[in-house]
Amino acid sequence: MEDVIIVKDLTKRFGHFVAVDNISFNVKKGEIFGFLGANGAGKTTAMRILCGLSRPTSGEAMVGGFDIRHETEKIKKNIGYMSQKFSLYQDLKVWENIKLFAGIYGMKKNEIALKTDILLNELGFEKEKDTLVKDLPLGWKQKLAFSVAIFHNPKIVFLDEPTGGVDPITRRQFWEMIYDASQKGITVFVTTHYMDEAEYCDRVSIMVDGRIEAMNSPKELKREFNAENIDEVFRLLAKKSTRKEI
Amino acid sequence: MKQFLSFAKKEFLHIFRDTWTMMIILVLPVIMMLLFGYAVTTEIRDTNIGILDNSGDEISNRLIDKLDESEYFSVVKVFKSNSEIEKAFRKSEISLSIIIENDFSKKLINQANPKIQMIADASDPNHAKTLVNYASGVIAQSLMQESKANSPLSQINTEIKLLYNPLMKSSYNFVPGVMGFIIIIVCSMMTSISIVRERERGSMELLLVSPVKPITIILSKVTPYFFLSIINILTIFLVSYFVMGVPIKGSLLWIFLLCIVYILVSLSLGILVSTIAKTQLVALVISAIILLMPSMLLSGMMFDISSMPLILQAIAQVMPAKWFISAIRKLMIMGVDVRFVLNEFLVLFSMGVVLILISLKKYKNRLE
Repeated sequence: MEDVIIVKDLTKRFGHFVAVDNISFNVKKGEIFGFLGANGAGKTTAMRILCGLSRPTSGEAMVGGFDIRHETEKIKKNIGYMSQKFSLYQDLKVWENIKLFAGIYGMKKNEIALKTDILLNELGFEKEKDTLVKDLPLGWKQKLAFSVAIFHNPKIVFLDEPTGGVDPITRRQFWEMIYDASQKGITVFVTTHYMDEAEYCDRVSIMVDGRIEAMNSPKELKREFNAENIDEVFRLLAKKSTRKEI
Repeated sequence: MKQFLSFAKKEFLHIFRDTWTMMIILVLPVIMMLLFGYAVTTEIRDTNIGILDNSGDEISNRLIDKLDESEYFSVVKVFKSNSEIEKAFRKSEISLSIIIENDFSKKLINQANPKIQMIADASDPNHAKTLVNYASGVIAQSLMQESKANSPLSQINTEIKLLYNPLMKSSYNFVPGVMGFIIIIVCSMMTSISIVRERERGSMELLLVSPVKPITIILSKVTPYFFLSIINILTIFLVSYFVMGVPIKGSLLWIFLLCIVYILVSLSLGILVSTIAKTQLVALVISAIILLMPSMLLSGMMFDISSMPLILQAIAQVMPAKWFISAIRKLMIMGVDVRFVLNEFLVLFSMGVVLILISLKKYKNRLE
């Protein structure tokens, strides 16, 4: 399988503070890659660099076959992004949100109309087409936000704590959507602080103080650290942290 | 371009679906116009006055009639002695009292400079001053007519000439002011809040991750406010012309161009505020304190700039509203040629260019 994300010796400094400390990893096409770490471990900074929002101090990375230093515009066209903090415009209707983001990614009108109907059908949202997003339950919003993030069929989708505040049943459904996307060949790069979710990933990396301390499949990780679950692995590693929360 | 359009459309939807925003944009200008036009008016109308006529001759009678007839005053008290005057003031029955001395017409005809005394309630000094001015005006006018009818009379001391606003209508003064104010609210305050809101809610990040260029985001965010401001300007013009009866003397084209330049300056101020403010509240406070209040107090809309302390005069010079109001006053009320407002145009234009350059630079830096 080809590697869609290649990160080599990536470092980001803010003054004397080293937010991301010389990390390297590869992510394969269609893989679900869990990017774990405590708050302030540097995972958001790393993710921002991969999305082209921030430039690294040193090191290299290729995302979707493009260089993060010189080809950010091309990267932006080939990725999707969703974060817990923002799930769509609350005062726009469901279809208006879909249309807006599809339009931003340069999709054609007919294509948007066709895909919107298919999507709403799949989600069972036909009746909610004209509903304002703020009137949807949180779980529905998150599902819709994810669908919008992969609506333009990106190579990679970055999910920043996508299931924050969502009930376990909806989280389960959400992860089924992630599996579906991965089946279709979309690479999923996800950060989460729910350790049970980490178990659903193909591979996870655990960041501590800007460095990647462990990276493997959940099964291998548990064996390696002789732990019952990923939560335990995470706790063992997090103990090493000397960094205070920011 | 397609991105820009779908974006601007989204921005319009945000505005249309927010009741408060719509209220501010549509209702505020009209309310302000009516408020300044009818409530906060500095005009004199049917003020109660009292008269003590010690002369009681033909000319003094006619003079009193003239005062009563005028739209500014109505004579509600005719006194017999000085002592009654103070009583009437204490009871707030009158705001101005006019005392005509003995043998008024005789002295007038004999060129003996007869005296008219005016006593005004100066608990509001400005109001008292205006009352006295108005009364002097009416008296002077009345005596002028007398001198035409009779042989030359005693010299008339008072001559008041009010240029451009002969009736001293305050609407002539506040219409430009309200425009300057509303545009700052819509362009600077609301625009900056709407940009900061996206950042605060996290949607800005989503937009920055997308292929949309930052400049497109900003342009499409300010576009709706640009159009709404133009609608506001038109509303104010219509209300002032048809309801307040304020004439529009100058060239409409130049007035409109001036408004557009001022709108652009205010929009770039808004963008600048949005690059400084981290939260909507901060954006609101910055706009209100640094932009709105000085625009209202220091722009010459309410207080005369030349009578301010030097430091405030200096601050007034950097307020775009001051230059806009000065220019629109000249163009609209005085109806002068555009040559005479070149200075204002130039200042506003350079302010706009500098502000746009700074805010674009700051905006770009924020993304890194």
